[in-house]
Amino acid sequence: MFCEKAMELVRELHRAPEGQLPAFNEDGLRQVLEEMKALYEQNQSDVNEAKSGGRGDLIPTIKFRHCSLLRNRRCTVAYLYDRLLRIRALRWEYGSVLPNALRFHMSAEEMEWFNHYKKSLATYMRSLGGDEGLDITQDMKPPKSLYIEHFLPRWKCEQLIRQGILEHVLS
Amino acid sequence: MNEKFAPELLESKCEIVECVMEQLEHMEENLRRARKGDLKVSIHRMEMERIRYVLSSYLRCRLTKIEKFFPHVLEKEKTRREGESSSLSPEEFAFAKEYMANTETYLKNVALKHMPPNLQKVDLLRSVPKPDLDSYVFLRVKERQENILVEPETDEQRDYVIDLEEGSQHLIRYKTIAPLVASGAVQLI
Repeated sequence: MFCEKAMELVRELHRAPEGQLPAFNEDGLRQVLEEMKALYEQNQSDVNEAKSGGRGDLIPTIKFRHCSLLRNRRCTVAYLYDRLLRIRALRWEYGSVLPNALRFHMSAEEMEWFNHYKKSLATYMRSLGGDEGLDITQDMKPPKSLYIEHFLPRWKCEQLIRQGILEHVLS
Repeated sequence: MNEKFAPELLESKCEIVECVMEQLEHMEENLRRARKGDLKVSIHRMEMERIRYVLSSYLRCRLTKIEKFFPHVLEKEKTRREGESSSLSPEEFAFAKEYMANTETYLKNVALKHMPPNLQKVDLLRSVPKPDLDSYVFLRVKERQENILVEPETDEQRDYVIDLEEGSQHLIRYKTIAPLVASGAVQLI
């Protein structure tokens, strides 16, 4: 049946819990695009037949293929966009440097999108006044105490802790 | 704060943000000049952390909404009338435009340009969901309001009119009281 592959892409993401990024399904995407091309070409020829050959009976099939094309597009865009949202969340979780495991799951174009997003965010944060602006990816939780073990001020450590470089030791 | 509980992006409050940032800078400078080990230093630092947290939280909230509703936010800004206040600071506006361009370019290059010619344009205004202005919010009334028109949710109900007493709390659809949030007459909780 048409749109099976497209639905599979959507299901793949639906199964992955929030915050997780499965590997980019390049193969799946290519198959959906190929199916769309085939459907379109079939429709082109049928439309010509219907117009010149008076084959009005082809019209329901043409409409059906068109619906499949729209569905394929919708699933594809949903798949790609949802992945972008997950990737965006990574910037806020891990900072500008992503763990390698995650980078391997991203396509080159997704990496490019991520780099543009990082830059945009950095420009915005710098503009927030003062000399260096305000890093709003810090201070994600309300401050309970000022210092943590080893007397490193908390505001320097937050991102390092999230990247797994430092560990917050509670006494 | 109102921004956290409102479903849509509220008016940009640049002056307040700038003011707070300046105060943080002054505090930072004072602390640098103060004697080390002074108890006041710790207390001031705590205060600064708290202020920084609230400010960051506010700006993050706004950015999240901008990214979530980006085509609608940009459209609203485009169709804004002369004299009407903006929901976006100039920097937020630049960020929103970059976000939109980045995302559009990505979708075009990875998928859309490989699709049949009549399907290559996607209307993001239709595809990306709009903020749900009908969602319910809690509020506290700061200034007494009279004759607020409440529109019916279902066809069986009719519109009715209510008065909001100062200090009272309500659970109501955001759309009904949106202008009151903007004017400061109610506080979302």
